Amino acid sequence: MADADDRWQLLLFPESASSVSGQVDTLFWAMVVACGLVVALVFTVLLVFGIRYRRGSPASRRGSPLLYHNRWLEIGWSIPVLAAFLFFFAWGALLYVEILDPPTPEDGDARRVNVIGKQWMWKFQHPEGIREINTLHVAVGQTVRLRMTSQDVIHSFFVPAFRIKQDVLPQTYTRLQFTPTKVGRFDLYCAEYCGLSHSGMVGEVVVMPPSEFQDWLARRDRPGTPQQDGERLFRQYGCSGCHGEASSVRAPDLGGLYGKPVPLESGGTVTADAQYLRDSIVFPSKHVVAGYAPIMPSFKDQISEEDLLKLTAYIQSLTPEEPDAP
Amino acid sequence: MNYLNAGYGLKSWLLTLDHKRVAWLYFISITGFFFLGGAAATLVRLELITPAGDLLSSDAYNQMFSLHGIVMVWFFLIPSIPATMGNFLLPLMLGARDMAFPRLNLMSWYVFILGGAFTLTAVIAGGIDTGWTFYTPYSTMFSNGAVLAAATGVFIVGFSSILTGINFIVTTHKMRAPGLTWFRLPLFVWAQYATSLIMVLATPVLSITLVLLGVERAFGIGIFDPALGGDPILFEHLFWFYSHPAVYIMLLPAMGVVSEAIACFAHKRIFGYKVMAFSILAIALFGFLVWGHHMFVSGQSIYAGVAFSLLSFLVSVPSALKIFNWLATLYKGHIRFDAPMLFALSFIGLFLIGGLTGVFVATLALDIQMHDTYFVVAHFHYIMVGGMVSAYMAGLHFWWPKITGRLYPEMWARVSAIIVFAGFNLTFFPQFILGWAGMPRRYHAYAEEFQLLNVFSSAGAGMLAVGYLLPLLYLIWSLRYGARAGGNPWDARGLEWTVASPPPKENFATVPRVDSEAYAYDTPQ
Repeated sequence: MADADDRWQLLLFPESASSVSGQVDTLFWAMVVACGLVVALVFTVLLVFGIRYRRGSPASRRGSPLLYHNRWLEIGWSIPVLAAFLFFFAWGALLYVEILDPPTPEDGDARRVNVIGKQWMWKFQHPEGIREINTLHVAVGQTVRLRMTSQDVIHSFFVPAFRIKQDVLPQTYTRLQFTPTKVGRFDLYCAEYCGLSHSGMVGEVVVMPPSEFQDWLARRDRPGTPQQDGERLFRQYGCSGCHGEASSVRAPDLGGLYGKPVPLESGGTVTADAQYLRDSIVFPSKHVVAGYAPIMPSFKDQISEEDLLKLTAYIQSLTPEEPDAP
Repeated sequence: MNYLNAGYGLKSWLLTLDHKRVAWLYFISITGFFFLGGAAATLVRLELITPAGDLLSSDAYNQMFSLHGIVMVWFFLIPSIPATMGNFLLPLMLGARDMAFPRLNLMSWYVFILGGAFTLTAVIAGGIDTGWTFYTPYSTMFSNGAVLAAATGVFIVGFSSILTGINFIVTTHKMRAPGLTWFRLPLFVWAQYATSLIMVLATPVLSITLVLLGVERAFGIGIFDPALGGDPILFEHLFWFYSHPAVYIMLLPAMGVVSEAIACFAHKRIFGYKVMAFSILAIALFGFLVWGHHMFVSGQSIYAGVAFSLLSFLVSVPSALKIFNWLATLYKGHIRFDAPMLFALSFIGLFLIGGLTGVFVATLALDIQMHDTYFVVAHFHYIMVGGMVSAYMAGLHFWWPKITGRLYPEMWARVSAIIVFAGFNLTFFPQFILGWAGMPRRYHAYAEEFQLLNVFSSAGAGMLAVGYLLPLLYLIWSLRYGARAGGNPWDARGLEWTVASPPPKENFATVPRVDSEAYAYDTPQ
């Protein structure tokens, strides 16, 4: 964004820099044209009628079947409106599902980045363990999957140039996926009002060529991957005491759990996604696995959001093949 | 002897049971709230002239946009047309001597003032910085502002809406003059009726939600805060279950006013009367089913988003029909361009743009980009200010001679209508582009590339302020110096124009009999 510092812009064509942004722009401009035609039509009719039928004008007002009501006219202008609406609804809905519920890239090469929003900053952790605040470095062309949560209030992760946005909720994991297609620095905003310095909760996504990105990765300290840290925390918090292989306590085995359906004591099943793992640590009585006693203590307020993400990553790594789950 | 000189002194006003005087109580109080909310908006626009947050502190800025939203939504827009013109005109249009429940009517004003007092106290005693949406857990666990007092004010004012709604519904059912069948009612009455249904059905949900919010904030009982086991998305669902229909509480009466003005100044029966009446009801009904379109990126199921998007497109169809029918009403009319007509035509143009941009944000993939940006801000200001306030001004000028017995200065009113239209577009059109380019709303400081469009917007806000201050001056002036208005200065149709201006205290000396449809412009009155 070479001209980012220029204050005097009309911004009609904002930067478009992700694999979906071009499609969103096409839809946008198609709607601008369609709606622009409607506006032009209505204003023209207003003008023509206003002039032609101004009080005292000589235009004929002789009776006509169109004067007071006409069923075919009402149907006649409803149907094209409805058809156009359904067309744009379907277009928008298909693209929305593609953006917010995308398939995993075929080569399985999605970078998983953990995101924590808090008043008023963005914290990132890369799969190599590298941490950043308010700046996220990624490689052009590589799909990035964000697992996001908030430490306090609702935030929203918004990168206009990528045409993506997703609210970031406390105690909840939401996800967002994008593939940058241009090298550059792109603004990141918090879009959900979050208090005093809401407008200061901004950052940047820095998109680099792959080789530069590898260099950048190599230069950074690697304190340990989330999985490695998670494994350590798994022992430290005493999880392994019950869920470990040598344990005498009867607790569900976590190997191969991630992404699988879990039958519940209360009936029904849930999918063991990241949210399920997190809830099971913080609110263990929420989903008790069928055949087990609700004896696990809650770790609410004892484990930070960072550590919860690491524990989740570790438990996830106990399942070899990653399914398409958040 | 008319309702204005039927009694003198403060007591004759504050204890009045006359619906026309109650309307005046509302006129005066909501005008105060309008300029209070407008002052807050002025500070917001002044701050946004420069990218840096330099004029106000972040805290003051957040309080200003919260004050603006809370005051404008609950203390101006929602009561505006129903509580003023609705109160004044509904019995007159029905051929009735008062509302069904005159005491309840006066009480609803006192409840309104009580709610207003709580909210103003909240603003003075520490301010409120949650925005008008009160999203949890920020409002319950994190904000230091006077959330409880403000929410109490909004809770109380809800009862004022409910009481007004009940009164209107019963009045419309039971007080119609002989011969005034449902399909002979002016569309203004249909609009008030549908609005009242929404008020009675939706407002309790807001009241309950605010009580739950208060319980969580005051006692730490977990309902919405996930740290206490609650669900913040639940708050969003409940809040929008009220607040989306609330948009139609604001909009439907505006459509009613515009229908009256267009028919009168085109001097022609409204086109497709039944379609217009049923589309009002359809909007009121469908309006209850679209709340989830405020939550497309909230984390609710994306397939719920798809359903809400479809329903949101469908609710736009009856609105589109109304625009076409207003245009068709102009066809072969005898059009005069007095100020009420200029405001009514402004309504059509601005509501059209507001409605079409509503279709943009109902389109799921586009809403990902536009949600919580200035695009949304611009969209709902086109509906609420461009649409609703223009219609309010149209109605105010249209019925001013009836209400006061005086004519307003026509030239100044036309100037004001034109300034408002131009200033409004200059203020809010640039915000569409800002939002599309990604400027988030509720930002105290912003990136430098957004400055030019913000400068346009603030300049437009200055024009808009002039356009709204002018009527305040010349309407007050006209109370004393305006020419006397006859009973029917516009050669309009409708029962309210058959009585003197200002109307007598009891409205009708003898109860009228109605034997024709509304808008009988093809026969002399």
